Amino acid sequence: MTTFVARRLLLLPLVAFGVTILIFALLQFLTPAQRAALFVTDPRQLSQIDAIIRKYGLDKPVHVQYWTWLKQLAQGDLGWSQTARMPTSTALATFFPATLELTIYIFIPVVLIGLWLGTKAAVRKDQFVDHFSRFFAISLRGLPSFVWGLIVLMVFYGWLNWFPPGRLSLDADLFVKSPEFHRYTRLMTVDALLNGQPWIFVDALRHIVGPAMTLVLVEMALIVRITRSSMLEVLRQDYVRTARAKGLAEPVVINRHARKNALIPVVTLTSLIFVGLLGGVVLAETIFNYPGIGKWGAEAAVQLDIPGVTGFGMFIALVTVVGNLAADILYAAIDPRIRLQ
Amino acid sequence: MISVIRLTLSRTTSPRLLRVTGVALIASLAVLAAAPVVRVRVIQHPLDVAAFLLLVVAVGVFWSLPSDFTRRMKRNPLSIAGFVIVIGFVSVAALAPVLASPQPGTRDPYLIPHEGFLPDPQPPRLGHPLGTTGRQYDIFYGLVWGTRTAFRVAAVVVTISIVVGLVLGSIAGYYGKRLDEVIMRVTDIFLAFPSLVLAVVITAVLGKGLDKVMIAIAAVGWPVYARLLRGEILSVKQRDYVEAARAAGAGDLRIIAQHVIPNTIYPFLVYAAFDTGVIVLVAAALSFLGLGAEIGYADWGQLINMSRSWILGLPGNPFVYWYTVVFPGIVIFLFVLGWNLLGDAFRDILDPRLRGST
Repeated sequence: MTTFVARRLLLLPLVAFGVTILIFALLQFLTPAQRAALFVTDPRQLSQIDAIIRKYGLDKPVHVQYWTWLKQLAQGDLGWSQTARMPTSTALATFFPATLELTIYIFIPVVLIGLWLGTKAAVRKDQFVDHFSRFFAISLRGLPSFVWGLIVLMVFYGWLNWFPPGRLSLDADLFVKSPEFHRYTRLMTVDALLNGQPWIFVDALRHIVGPAMTLVLVEMALIVRITRSSMLEVLRQDYVRTARAKGLAEPVVINRHARKNALIPVVTLTSLIFVGLLGGVVLAETIFNYPGIGKWGAEAAVQLDIPGVTGFGMFIALVTVVGNLAADILYAAIDPRIRLQ
Repeated sequence: MISVIRLTLSRTTSPRLLRVTGVALIASLAVLAAAPVVRVRVIQHPLDVAAFLLLVVAVGVFWSLPSDFTRRMKRNPLSIAGFVIVIGFVSVAALAPVLASPQPGTRDPYLIPHEGFLPDPQPPRLGHPLGTTGRQYDIFYGLVWGTRTAFRVAAVVVTISIVVGLVLGSIAGYYGKRLDEVIMRVTDIFLAFPSLVLAVVITAVLGKGLDKVMIAIAAVGWPVYARLLRGEILSVKQRDYVEAARAAGAGDLRIIAQHVIPNTIYPFLVYAAFDTGVIVLVAAALSFLGLGAEIGYADWGQLINMSRSWILGLPGNPFVYWYTVVFPGIVIFLFVLGWNLLGDAFRDILDPRLRGST
C-alpha cells in the first residue's frame, strides 16, 4: 500500500509539470506583447509593455522564456486578471471557496440519491423503480446542462422567485461585508452558522439551490446507472446466495454484503463526477451569475484575459489531479486487488 | 468478446462495403463535376463533403454487419429509436437547402438571415415557424443549418481524435516500455483538465471561431481514444494469432495494421458513437459561452446565446421567450440522445455481457 501511494504521489509533480508545459506551449500562439500581459501585476504597468518584453526576455529562445515563466509561477505570480481586476492568484483565492461550496452542495445529493436509486433499481430489477430509473438515466444523458439551467432559472427565479441568481441578496451581502461578520472558512453557509446568523445561511442556500439543481440532475444519471449495473453484478455472486441461504434478512444482505462490494466502481466514479463538476460549474455559474471560479474563467476567456484564463485552467487541472489521486488511493484502500497490479 | 469480433470480421461482406463507398465516391465526384449552379446549391462548405463521405462509410460499415446483429438490434426499441433519430438528423442536414432555402444572393448560407434589428426575440409566426432570437435571427433556419454544422464539427473532431488516438495508442500498446510510459503520461496531462475547461482555455488563446472550437475539442478528445486502443492492444497482443503472424515473419507494421487494429477497432467505434453526442454538446456549450462560431452563424449553441439576455422574460410574464430556449434545447437533446442510444445499441451487439446494464 505504501509503495502504491508513493508511486502515485510521485506522478503528481510530473503531471503538474506537464500541465505547465502544455499551457506554455499554448501561450506560444500569442504575440510577445500579448504574453507580456502575463507578467503585469498592476494595471499601471500596461503602458510599459515594451519594457516588460525586454525585462522578461519574451524575445529570447523558448526554453529561457519557459524557465522565467516557471519561476514566476513558483512564486505564485500568475499575472494580472483584467476581468477580476485583481492579480490572478488573488482571484483564484477569492472565487474558489464559492465554487467549492457549490460543488459540495451538488456532490452530496448526487451521491446519496444516486446510490439510493441505483440500489433500489437493482434490487427491484424489471419493476417500476427500475424502469423509471433507467428511463431517467437514459433521457438525462442527452440533456445539455446549460439548457436545463436556463429552464431552472426561468421557472424558479423568473416565475416562482424562489432561487435568485448571484451569491447573496443585497442586505445579506452588506451584512457579510461588515466587520461584525467573520469569514472563518469562506464557505458562506458554514460561516453564517458559525456567526450565528441563520438568515444569512438561508439566503446563501437559496442562491446555491439553482445552480446546484442544474448539475445534480445531469450528474446523477451516471451514478444511478453504474450503481445499478454494479449491484446487479454483485447480487449474482455466490457469497450473496450464501448470505441469503443462511437466512439473513434481505436488508442485511443488500446493505452489508452486496452494496459494500458494489461500491468499488462507484468510488472511482465519484472522482469522475468531481472532475465533471469542475467543468460543469462553468456553465451553471455563468447562467446563475454565481461568483465562482467557473463564471470568472468563462468571462476571462470571452474577454481574452489570458492570465486569468490560463491561471483558471492550471488551477482546475491541479485540483483535478489531486482529486483523482485521492480517488485512486481510496480505491486501493477499498479493493486490495488494485494494489497488487 | 474477441471471438465474437473475429467472427464478425470473418463474416463481414466487404464487397458490399466497397460498393457503398464506391457509390458515395461517384456521387460526390458527380457533384464536383456538375455545373457550378448545382454544385453551389448542394455543397455549401468543403467540409460538408468530408462529413458526408464519413457518414456514408459509417452506414456502409453498419450495412456490412452480419444480419443476425441487425436483427438483434431491431428487437430493442431503444436501438431503433436511436437509429431513427440519427437518420432523421442526417436527412435534415442533407435536405437543409430544401427545408430552409437560403435567400437568393447570399454568399454563405450558414449565416442565418435576419430581418431588422429589433433587440428582443419575436414569437413564432408566419415565415418564422419557430420564432426569432434577439436581433431577429430565424430560429428554424438556424436549427436546420445548425444540423450541418453539428455533423461537420462531430465528423472533423472524431476523425482527428481517432487518427491521433490510433497512431499514439497503437505505438504505446504495441511497443510498450518507455514509449508507452511517455505517451501515457502525456494523456495524463490532457486528462487532468475537465474537457470543457481545457476547451475554454484553448479557444481563449487561439481565438474565436468554429475551426478553433474543433481543434480545442479534438485536443481534449484524443487521449481517451489512445488509452482505449492501448488497453485493447495490450490484451490482443498476447493472443496466439499475433504470435503466429510474427512466427510467419510479419513485420510490426503489418501485425499492427492487419491483426491488432481490426481486432480492437469495434470498442473504438462504440466509443466514437457516444463521443459524437458529447462533442456536439461541448461545442454547443462553447458557443453558448460566446467562444464558438461568430454571431449569426448557424449553430445550436449560438442560437441560445443570441437570446440569453432575454431568458427571464418580462415582469409578470416570465415565459414570454420560451421558444428561444426550448426549440434549440430539444434539438440538442435529441441529437445527443440519438447518438447515445446508437452507442448503446452497438455496445450491446458487440459485447452481449453488458446487455441491459444501462
